[in-house]
Amino acid sequence: MEETLLDFDLRDKEEYIINMGPQHPSTHGVLRFEVCLQGEQIKYLRPHCGYIHRGIEKMSEALTYPQLVHLTDRMDYLSAHINNEAVALCVENAMGVEVSDRVKYIRTIFAELTRIASHQLWWCAFGMDLGALTTFFYGLRDREHILDIFEETTGSRLTQSFITPGGLMADVHPNFQKRIKEFITYFRKKLPEYDQLLTGNIIFRERTHGIGVMSKEVAIDYGVTGPSGRGSGFSCDIRKIAPYSAYPFVKFNEITLPEGDTYARYVVRIKEMWESLNILEQLIDNIPQGPTMLELKAVKAPKGEYYQRVETARGELGVYIVSDGGPSPARIHYRTPNFSNLFVINKLAKGHKIADLVAISGSLDLVIPDIDR
Amino acid sequence: MYDFTPFIESITSYLNENLSPFWAGLISMVLLGVGILLFYAVLGLYLVYAERKICARMQNRMGPNRVGPGGIFQTIADLIKLLLKELIYIRNADSLLFNIAPFIVIVASIMAIGAIPFAKGLQAVDLNIGVLYILAISSMGVIGILIAGWASNSKYSVIGAMRSGAQVISYELSVGLALLGIITFAGSMQFSEIIASQEDGWWIFKGHIPAMIAFVIFLIAGTAETNRGPFDLAEAESELTAGFHTEYSGIKFAFFFLAEYMNMFIIAAVATTLFLGGWLPFHLFQWQGFNNVMDFIPPVFWFFGKAAFVIYLMMWFKWTFPRLRIDQLLALEWKYLLPINLMNLILIAFLTLMKWHF
Amino acid sequence: MQTEELTTLITSLAPDQKPGISKQYPEFIIPADKIHEVAKTLKENPQTKMDYLFSLTAADRKDGLNVIYHLTSSEYHHIVVMRVILTDKENPMVATVSDLWSAAEYLEREVFDLFGIKFENHPDLRRLFLDDEWVGYPLRKDYKDSFIFER
Repeated sequence: MEETLLDFDLRDKEEYIINMGPQHPSTHGVLRFEVCLQGEQIKYLRPHCGYIHRGIEKMSEALTYPQLVHLTDRMDYLSAHINNEAVALCVENAMGVEVSDRVKYIRTIFAELTRIASHQLWWCAFGMDLGALTTFFYGLRDREHILDIFEETTGSRLTQSFITPGGLMADVHPNFQKRIKEFITYFRKKLPEYDQLLTGNIIFRERTHGIGVMSKEVAIDYGVTGPSGRGSGFSCDIRKIAPYSAYPFVKFNEITLPEGDTYARYVVRIKEMWESLNILEQLIDNIPQGPTMLELKAVKAPKGEYYQRVETARGELGVYIVSDGGPSPARIHYRTPNFSNLFVINKLAKGHKIADLVAISGSLDLVIPDIDR
Repeated sequence: MYDFTPFIESITSYLNENLSPFWAGLISMVLLGVGILLFYAVLGLYLVYAERKICARMQNRMGPNRVGPGGIFQTIADLIKLLLKELIYIRNADSLLFNIAPFIVIVASIMAIGAIPFAKGLQAVDLNIGVLYILAISSMGVIGILIAGWASNSKYSVIGAMRSGAQVISYELSVGLALLGIITFAGSMQFSEIIASQEDGWWIFKGHIPAMIAFVIFLIAGTAETNRGPFDLAEAESELTAGFHTEYSGIKFAFFFLAEYMNMFIIAAVATTLFLGGWLPFHLFQWQGFNNVMDFIPPVFWFFGKAAFVIYLMMWFKWTFPRLRIDQLLALEWKYLLPINLMNLILIAFLTLMKWHF
Repeated sequence: MQTEELTTLITSLAPDQKPGISKQYPEFIIPADKIHEVAKTLKENPQTKMDYLFSLTAADRKDGLNVIYHLTSSEYHHIVVMRVILTDKENPMVATVSDLWSAAEYLEREVFDLFGIKFENHPDLRRLFLDDEWVGYPLRKDYKDSFIFER
């Protein structure tokens, strides 16, 4: 549709090609951008992925369902809980069982904590890419509180594999509720600092207004979901369209902004952090008692095909399981949000400068292992 | 009451009496050179340490605190490490230019130190075109940057060097015009005379509004001149991985690194001398008691204290603001700073004629 | 749109469609030569308006290589699944839908990379994740290479 290999030879003599990556401080993972520049302006941009392709889908065909949940952590490692939840829900729907309310509440609490942690890391890396190096430390300082909560209950900070088909791996720590309440009060005081440091800054606004404008049609066409899509007015929140776990029991707003530039995507994520805090507040006091694990004889999805959509911190994750009735899937496919979010970048970055490319790819919030699986 | 002039004169006369004029001149120049180099190196070390501590505090962490009490020997450890690193030579790079570039940058920076007055009489050479000399010498530094980017034979370096070249030559205008305002007030380009004209008050107070505007413009343009702060896209880590000095290692990189900090010091020193009264103490109106206490502190402390304040300002906004893009940076200079500067200069000329400054 | 209306619409375009496997969403098995037409109609028909292709994948099953399309509408939020069964494993070909949905361009490249299914009229069909010189299509069931570890 855009330039292909054929146009490569017809380019103007003043253009030159530069590689950003695969090792680059701001691509946040191993991704190579082949950028064709004329002076400082980008003529076209081609992303090359596959540097971290590990064959997760093929590997999962040899593992049982509780085992392959561990691989999903490593896809989008910043939304690890939500990835686990997706597979767990898909398998549970396939088997036709329903988990207890306690499990649903705890799964949603973990999902929202993960969302906040992911957005915090995104914010600090985004500021750092633009040159405001102090934001890195502010974001990480607050994220440590969430990681401490994770570590206390699950034993691990980044890749937890806590949510599994049938329920949870174990019950939550007794301090769980207390710590989350402390975190909510603490973070409500700190989140305005983020606005003071970066959002209101005139240099930041100049760097992000009008950069990388994505219209709603382009977003739907390329399948850009999550905060990147919602920043263009594409209302795609799976938590609203097809609610799962405890989302039917909470009230929250879906944040969409019509402008579609980098600034809009930024504001959507900041506001989502506020919404996640509201959801946490609604859930944390009302966790019902109940079993945390179903008594399942064997985790086997019956013969057939099943699809589950969830909303990770970056967009819509789809888990598609083709099962022959055995303990392992015959085929499992992950429709990952970052895969679709990546390939719109050529359209967005054309005509802008290299410095804008960094801002745009930061605002799309890409996690590369999710693209390559 | 603290005056270095007799001390300097005694050394000069001692040398002239005992040796032929040629040897006396040579020995005095060698002494001066060694003194300036030592000062340069020690101050550079201290500035790097100060930056790391200040930026660490702003980022909610401690900074170096292991090597030596409070971490004060950290930079020496870094320097030893840099000296021992392998010097990487690039194939297909122009080796003469590649090797010369860091020297140009550091020589320009050291030469500028020579003209700055640290205390009464403690000045290497008191040219009657002192300010012009410093501006001219600082512009030599950009040649070094351009040569470094070109000779590295890498696309990233060339982009970084081009950006930096465009930036520095644009902001030189603003620096010059801002300083021209104070020169108009003081009536001379010689540093000692500018300081003498501030004995009844610093120009930033005497020149009220236009001098404050000139000070702000000078700080902004000075930061851009030295590729620091929000104008550091020539070496933007997150975009071009160190831009024009990507390919340098070991002592050559140390030269670029040191030259950047000392250029920052030079800008601060010039701002101190022209706007904040140089080594003159802070006198409030005619309160004799207060003024006598202020006089008791040696002028060297006053000078370095004021320069430290300006340096702190520059570090503060480096670590808080995101970076400007190249076209926004050039637009800032040509569309905003230059017209404001010119208006300000006309205003200052008018004020000087009508003697409406204090 | 309800399943019956969808069935009538699709039957009118591809008379030999069959109902699919999925119990979750309405699924239709469509012959390979009609897929582009059906997809185009589903996208442009104002009552279905399937403008969001959210999954394009393939599976190596006993009846051949299946290409599965999941479509939804950003306005009505109804979901349709389309399946194309390709029995020819030597040279599987199906028309591309990347002129309808730009997301398909890269999803189809991934399917080509891992299964070897060629898409007609695709603007740039080459491997996405694996090296350009890689031989074989890993996600097929009969794929063997020297370092796969099988239990």
